[in-house]
Amino acid sequence: MKRRWINFTSVFFTAVTGFACLLLTAMVALILGNIVRHGIGHISWAFLSQAPHSGMTEGGIFPAIFGTAVLVLLMTVAVVPLGVSTAIYLQEYAPKNSRWIHVVRLAIQNLAGVPAIVFGLFGLGFFIQFVGQGLDTVFFNGKLYFGQPAILWAALTLALLTLPTVVVSTEEALRVVPPSHREVAYSLGATRWQMVRHVLLPQAVGGILTGTILAVSRGAGEVAPILFTGAAYYLPHLPTRLNHQFMELGYHVYVMATQSPDVDATLPILYATVLVLLVLTFGLNFTAIIIRSKIRRRLRGR
Amino acid sequence: MNRPPLRERIIENGIRVSAGVAIVGLILIFVFIGKEALPLFTSAEARQEASLSKLFIAQVPEEGEPPSHMWQPVSEMPKYSLWPLMIGTLKVTLVALVFAFPLALGAALFTSEFAPPWLREIVKPVIEMLAGIPSVVLGFFALIVMASTIQDLFGLDYRLNTVNAGIALGLAVIPIVFTVAEDALTAVPQSYRHGSIALGATPWQTARRVVLPAAFPGLFAAGILGFGRAIGETMIVLMASGNQAIPAWNLGYGFRSLSATVASELGEVVRGSPHYHVLFLIGVLLFIFTFLINLLGQMWVGRMNRKLTGRR
Repeated sequence: MKRRWINFTSVFFTAVTGFACLLLTAMVALILGNIVRHGIGHISWAFLSQAPHSGMTEGGIFPAIFGTAVLVLLMTVAVVPLGVSTAIYLQEYAPKNSRWIHVVRLAIQNLAGVPAIVFGLFGLGFFIQFVGQGLDTVFFNGKLYFGQPAILWAALTLALLTLPTVVVSTEEALRVVPPSHREVAYSLGATRWQMVRHVLLPQAVGGILTGTILAVSRGAGEVAPILFTGAAYYLPHLPTRLNHQFMELGYHVYVMATQSPDVDATLPILYATVLVLLVLTFGLNFTAIIIRSKIRRRLRGR
Repeated sequence: MNRPPLRERIIENGIRVSAGVAIVGLILIFVFIGKEALPLFTSAEARQEASLSKLFIAQVPEEGEPPSHMWQPVSEMPKYSLWPLMIGTLKVTLVALVFAFPLALGAALFTSEFAPPWLREIVKPVIEMLAGIPSVVLGFFALIVMASTIQDLFGLDYRLNTVNAGIALGLAVIPIVFTVAEDALTAVPQSYRHGSIALGATPWQTARRVVLPAAFPGLFAAGILGFGRAIGETMIVLMASGNQAIPAWNLGYGFRSLSATVASELGEVVRGSPHYHVLFLIGVLLFIFTFLINLLGQMWVGRMNRKLTGRR
């Protein structure tokens, strides 16, 4: 009798945890399904390649796509060298298990936990009002040039936000390079930098790429940090200089969803914009996952 | 050993310097947000409108009325009580965690203990997909799609209520809780499980009496880190909260969080006004709070690792 009771509770609770998984999967399917179903009908070449007009109720979202692309490109240029060299330092240069390395790791983990809106405040307070206005005072006689919201400052703010992603991914890639490879390089008379440059980095390229893609996907989806650092709802021109403002997909979704005078008229466009944003971030994430699993398989195969 | 050539020494020093960027970044964030909040402590003009007591202690809005907590920064007599915002932040976070914890922990337990490998390969990407949904998209979904359904389901008076925003926020919290919890559970050595099964325990008994206690510090860390994520999340709350700055715990009402207040008001505020400084002070509070929460979370992850490796 007792035995049977034990079996019942065991099966019951196992089923409960399984149900949690099922529920999660169902919710994700529901969200994605809803967005795809309502969004796909409005997507066309014209929608992707035209600028919006008639108060956002007609036209496309090309400027937002363009702005997002330029934004994450600038961000990547800033974050990848920094992130990779931080990872190289942590794995190859810092004395193992030292207090300093512990502090750096802690800082990176904590940076990953800082709320996105705080990055937004920081971008405004530091990049725009301190660096930007400083540049204006020193080089432009106080004329307003860099001391205003701009794509450059938004990109740098996002770079700081995504730094932990790149560091963690690169570190993982460096860690799995077998110690024997390092020893062989040293025994052939290579300096430490030569070893890093010609032995480690070529093997870590996949990991660096994974980290970069994940950072881009994260950066393309974050809205809070760019609210005050450069995003604009509507601009007649594309950003062509570093100090221009820009339109962005996530910001576009936010404004259309909350501040549209006619929600019903903009709803199809809103759904389609959300779908484009999702396809972009998911496409990037899937690419990263595929690269990562290829690397892992290659490592296991050795 | 010979000294490496000059070019290499420059590169290597560059690498050493770059490692400090994360630390410098954290310090700069604190300094430059703090700098803009500082006048609330030093400038008489700012203090007259928004001193600390006005931010935290109930004020009498007009002669003869009872003291109350109000956030009305744009009015003839601006009122800057942070209580409505803090209550809003806390109540939506609580709803989010009540929704997220059972689901995330249950799913983590299932994937690590009971699921066959092929099923694990389905569940984990699903969670990764959830993690990959930008928060602005979750906010959009809560605002446009979920709100009416939730309102009808719970019979609430307002379309944008705390339950709705809390569930959407919970969706953003689930991936981090799941990931940390699942890491903790899989870090428990297989020998523990084999020992328990060999003694005749069922998989559930093994999970309940052996694996869960062993992984407890890691699960606790998962909870803490989830809490930290929920407190600071902005876009979901900004879009789905209804923006009612009221000091009420009622879940049927809308609310307004600290983070959403910064996001919605900083764009229109006059630089250097007391209102501007208060918004940066909110940023400082969010920064300090999430920083401490994350430190605590990482401490418990470290404790978990030490416990399992037997090092002290």
